[in-house]
Amino acid sequence: MVVFHVHRIAQRLNHSTLSSVLLHDSGHVSLLKMGSSRSINTAAKFRTWGLLPSNCSNVTSPCTSRTSYGPLSRYQIFLGLRHNEYCTTPGNGEKQTISVTFVDKDGEEKQIKVPVGMSLLEAAHENDIELEGACEGSLACSTCHVIVMDVDYYNKLEDPTDEENDMLDLAFGLTETSRLGCQVIAKPELDGIRVALPAATRNFAVDGFKPKPH
Amino acid sequence: MALSRALSFYRSFSTVPSQSLRVCIVGSGPAGFYTADKILKAHEGAEVDIVDRLPTPFGLVRSGVAPDHPETKVVTNQFSRVAQNGHCSFIGNVSLGSSISLAELRELYDAVVLSYGAESDQALGIPGEELAGIYAAREFVWWYNGHPDCRNLAPDLKSSDTAVIIGQGNVALDVARILLRPTAELATTDISCHALAALGESSIRKVYLVGRRGPAQAAFTAKELREVLRIKDLSIEIRQEDLSKTPADEEELKNNRIKRRIHELLSKAATPATSICSPGQKELHFVFFRKPDRFLESDCRNGYIAGLRMERTILKEDVGSGKKIAVGTGLFAEMECGLVLKSVGYKSIPVDGLPFDHHKGVVPNVQGRVLSEAYGDAQVEKGLYVCGWLKRGPTGIIATNLYCAEETVASISEDVLRGAVTSRSGLSKPGREGLLQLLDSRNVKVVTFGGWEKIDNEEKRRGSLKNKPREKLTTWQDLLEVATK
Repeated sequence: MVVFHVHRIAQRLNHSTLSSVLLHDSGHVSLLKMGSSRSINTAAKFRTWGLLPSNCSNVTSPCTSRTSYGPLSRYQIFLGLRHNEYCTTPGNGEKQTISVTFVDKDGEEKQIKVPVGMSLLEAAHENDIELEGACEGSLACSTCHVIVMDVDYYNKLEDPTDEENDMLDLAFGLTETSRLGCQVIAKPELDGIRVALPAATRNFAVDGFKPKPH
Repeated sequence: MALSRALSFYRSFSTVPSQSLRVCIVGSGPAGFYTADKILKAHEGAEVDIVDRLPTPFGLVRSGVAPDHPETKVVTNQFSRVAQNGHCSFIGNVSLGSSISLAELRELYDAVVLSYGAESDQALGIPGEELAGIYAAREFVWWYNGHPDCRNLAPDLKSSDTAVIIGQGNVALDVARILLRPTAELATTDISCHALAALGESSIRKVYLVGRRGPAQAAFTAKELREVLRIKDLSIEIRQEDLSKTPADEEELKNNRIKRRIHELLSKAATPATSICSPGQKELHFVFFRKPDRFLESDCRNGYIAGLRMERTILKEDVGSGKKIAVGTGLFAEMECGLVLKSVGYKSIPVDGLPFDHHKGVVPNVQGRVLSEAYGDAQVEKGLYVCGWLKRGPTGIIATNLYCAEETVASISEDVLRGAVTSRSGLSKPGREGLLQLLDSRNVKVVTFGGWEKIDNEEKRRGSLKNKPREKLTTWQDLLEVATK
């Protein structure tokens, strides 16, 4: 179990490292955007849970050898900054949770408590909600697509990055308030958020499939 | 609507035990594994066997997904959990059509789902296509991904500095990226060692991506395009005039988010008229509105490619489909090249006894149920289903198979419920035991999931010595030896 977690953390950090540096390279994205909810909050979460040492360079280094996209220093500085700012909110003792409602393909609702810092993808899996996660949150697929049902909550989320938008491009049944579940990280302002799983029936329609009546 | 009814229908009996249901899935790629997963969830007690002609599972996740896309391969974790389910077996090294016939499989199992994909290629059908130096992109992909059937491809990357890729989909971008990315970056991926060595010595410096239509019709997606545009020290050439939009293009882009974002990326990367690339720098040229006309043979090397003649095209709306099609203008130009990769689509191959629509290149089916004829008065083939590329044609992403499998399994479930799958006599089919017996009598050495895990461990061990996630075993002999050790 521990091995599994560390592996996932490495994957996530690897990914966030990658995308942060890529965003930086593109030169079109402000520094503020670099500290998007995805890369930073996820890392902060692992710290909160005591899974990462305070200096995470030894966790990220094996991954950078795989991607070799560039220096980490700025990314790490950001990690540190956001980490401090972030960790004062939930406190060190009990985990703060928010309420999240998932509405499944048949319209059935399930309300769950999600610890602040956890992604909706992980929360769904911990609560046996059928949300696919083919790439396990490494931002390489669109299977954890969720639709934020209230636009006010949607607006409380940070804008999707180019990389998330690239995946949303391929999501079935995309809507104006679609997000990837792995990129929506629980935070106090999101308490009460409702998200719908896209209905399978719409998927083929989007893909050019026209169901014929019997 | 029919599908939605079918789905709610199948959910409503998803807990009904179906002890006797024995299903064989042919092909262990995403379509096969998603089908297995959905059958196991919908039918408690069902036994599912996934056969594959290779000793290794996961189909294109292993031999198609580019080595520098490790995150896309994470889905194999999920597939492995399916294979480790007590009611599921992976049976590798079993080739439908030679180890066992389709008719035999249908005798052995209540239901057979064919999801063996598309292992051949569309041809361009132009003169010179048989010249040496011209490959299907699929072969090249299999080569760098260590597929045992293409490990000896040995594409010539040394006698020319120019490669032409025909087609503008994601496979085209994948092969362009592999040709152009610094090999130091590829060295830490699971790329096959023979490909890494050949790419390290490659003299290919210029890659042309040729498409018949324009940027508004290109089939690649934003992630892959963004990636290739960001390759280190690569000069990108996209002609400004190709990016001008007709009112029809404007309309198409307005309604299509993917195409709109692609067009924006291309526009940002379009070459200013004054840009000059530094000597020795690698170049990627996006060539729109050009149709390959004929391949040109080398004067000094008999039977080898030396160039390509292309015809300038313009777009016309096809009256029937309303689609924009490219039509020739009669203006031709020639270019030199020493390597051509045709990336114009994969093609499925039928097996004996399988109805096949040669025009569409798929098995005729209704929601995954195989039909006896492609056209006219067709009957449903009892207990025979399709999923994935064999069902829909070779398009879509891994996740497309999730929904594709959901549909096929809904059809199976519906048929099970109305008694159209299991035999009326109540006698259960031999299933796995029968299959293994038959294969044994033919001296077919099957590879179980345990056998694959031995391959997996060995590949990871070899990879760890080179700072790679794995070093793939690329010969049939090595694969079988390690699997049965």
